[in-house]
Amino acid sequence: MTERASPTNAADRERNSSAGATSTVSTHNGAASVTGDRQRDRSARGTTDGTDPTDTATTAQTATETERERPLAIETTGLVKHFGETKAVDGIDLAIPAGGIYGLLGPNGAGKTTVIRMLATLLQPDAGTARVFGHDVATDGDAVRRRVSMTGQFASVDEDLTGRENLVLLARLLGYSRAQAAERTSELIDAFGLTEASTRQVKTYSGGMRRRLDIAASIVVTPDLLFLDEPTTGLDPRNRNQVWDIIRALVANGTTVLLTTQYLDEADQLADRIAVIDEGRIIAEGTPGELKASVGSGVLSVRLHDAERRDAARDVLASVLDAPVELESDPAALSARIEDPDRVTQALDALAESRIEVSEFTLGQPSLDEFFLEVTDRSTRSDADRDTPTGDGTRQEGAK
Amino acid sequence: MTAERSPAAAELNSDPATEPDPDVDTLHAAVSDSPRPPRPSAVSASLTFGWRALLKIKHVPEQLFDVTVFPIMFLLLFTYLFGGALAGSTSAYLQELLPGILAMTVVFITIYTGVTLNDDIDEGVFDRFRTMPVWQPSVIVGALLGDAVRYTIASTMVIGLGLLLGFRPDGGAIGVVSAVALLLVFSFSLSWIWTALGFIMRTPESLMGVSMLILFPLTFISNVFVDPRTMPGWLETFVSINPVSHLVTAMRGLMHGTATAGDVVIVLGLSAVFVVIFGPATMYLFHAQQ
Repeated sequence: MTERASPTNAADRERNSSAGATSTVSTHNGAASVTGDRQRDRSARGTTDGTDPTDTATTAQTATETERERPLAIETTGLVKHFGETKAVDGIDLAIPAGGIYGLLGPNGAGKTTVIRMLATLLQPDAGTARVFGHDVATDGDAVRRRVSMTGQFASVDEDLTGRENLVLLARLLGYSRAQAAERTSELIDAFGLTEASTRQVKTYSGGMRRRLDIAASIVVTPDLLFLDEPTTGLDPRNRNQVWDIIRALVANGTTVLLTTQYLDEADQLADRIAVIDEGRIIAEGTPGELKASVGSGVLSVRLHDAERRDAARDVLASVLDAPVELESDPAALSARIEDPDRVTQALDALAESRIEVSEFTLGQPSLDEFFLEVTDRSTRSDADRDTPTGDGTRQEGAK
Repeated sequence: MTAERSPAAAELNSDPATEPDPDVDTLHAAVSDSPRPPRPSAVSASLTFGWRALLKIKHVPEQLFDVTVFPIMFLLLFTYLFGGALAGSTSAYLQELLPGILAMTVVFITIYTGVTLNDDIDEGVFDRFRTMPVWQPSVIVGALLGDAVRYTIASTMVIGLGLLLGFRPDGGAIGVVSAVALLLVFSFSLSWIWTALGFIMRTPESLMGVSMLILFPLTFISNVFVDPRTMPGWLETFVSINPVSHLVTAMRGLMHGTATAGDVVIVLGLSAVFVVIFGPATMYLFHAQQ
């Protein structure tokens, strides 16, 4: 762990300052590479916007110092919520500094939505405390509501009204005068590409339009903290990218975003830090880089010129790398988890010596998918000591 | 406000490396910090929610069916079915029946307040309202204000038709208007029972079922159709304590110019009791809602 700490942090910093991680991801996931350029674009724009690019990286490394220095956007201790017999949330501790995107990642029913609903004052916690910008959600709900805004998993707009009426309604409720409300509504409708649809009832909207309206509804007054509960679930890639653009624009402007998602790709793309939640508990926490590093330093993927030589290649790689080699669904491809990157060159040399021709190879960090399967699997296997695995390990690493 | 946003947009444009597509430009301008306006007053928030209820009527005019067709049907049905037998002539019966039918139809349509609320909760739009920094009861008060418009429409239908059929109120226009006003106050107060139930019941259907169970005895076992003196003693007792009977007595009195202050005060008192009990109960359930 300790050995790995410094390269990980370096990789992190690179990711935060511009686009390091995106290119890494694209080696694993073809779809992600499409968005690579866009993200770089946004990050660069964030810089010109006056946002300090090192800010998020610093935050990640000095989370413990920050706690004392400025109020946290979100702070929970031992948060618990039962629904009848089920413990939906079972002792969640979070300390999320203001600024940036924090991801809550977990499968369906992990308790992500329940956490968000408690933080947004929609649910009272059964035990533990939750503070938003220092205000207790249980006793000072009104102060919390003044700082936050929420976009739920399901479109939380009035389906019978038109898009424009929905936004005017919310603007009026937030205290805008009639004229101001109309002006702000027009601005949002134009920016979110809803001009054509603005006079139609929301029930006629497509999934993407609805989601955009939903987010627009959440930022009629720019909130300090925005809860986004699975904002891209059910959206096609184009609409998903639009939503991501909106989220990045908000963060560049200083809004803190708490995002829940079941898509690892999304957490990896957007979040500065991630808490992995399963069965109401946090089973791991850290930057995407840290989380990936905690399951091994990388993966070597090799594609052979001649598929028939694959078994031979597997034997060579297994002996040099001293690690299990997996055969991919592509009949000419195989991959191996590697602990020591130096051995990669040896392995390739060994393949050449055995006259096995390599048409393509990549070396990258493990994907969050691999990480996710690994930690959720680990947590179910060792139920008794589930507090000890990666969770604490990565957190210490993050504090360095 | 536009002036405050434009510098940010200009700064983005000035960066040659990232020539933004126009969409992104407006997007950044739209999310840039806008000052939070002062919190609206409780009255203003309630009126805004009332406006929402009116918009819903505009978009879904079918929901006016129950405030137009039902009252007409009831009035015609009962006048011509029972009038001759109960009061000797239909026109004599109409003078007694009309205030009662009016009360009955409006009291019945108060159920829809709870049903609408139940729908809102299902839709998720309610969650948004609950996370906004507004006077929290305004969601419900606003919905009730919107309903008052529906009650007024129903009242106009019944009275208009009644006048055509030969209803001649001795209390004149003032009497009729004050009777309707009293009915609106009573219905507004009674609605808090349905809003409380709207939070308890899981589906609009079950809510309708329970509401009917309460409303049928309240409206039928009353003095709307016949003089309670013809009923067995135990039933007469129920009728005499039934809030709807008190409402109908006061409305008849106001419409025919024979109401006493006591009649009206009882109704206002009952209304206050409904609000005092079910208002806080609704708000408790509102906050406890999961």
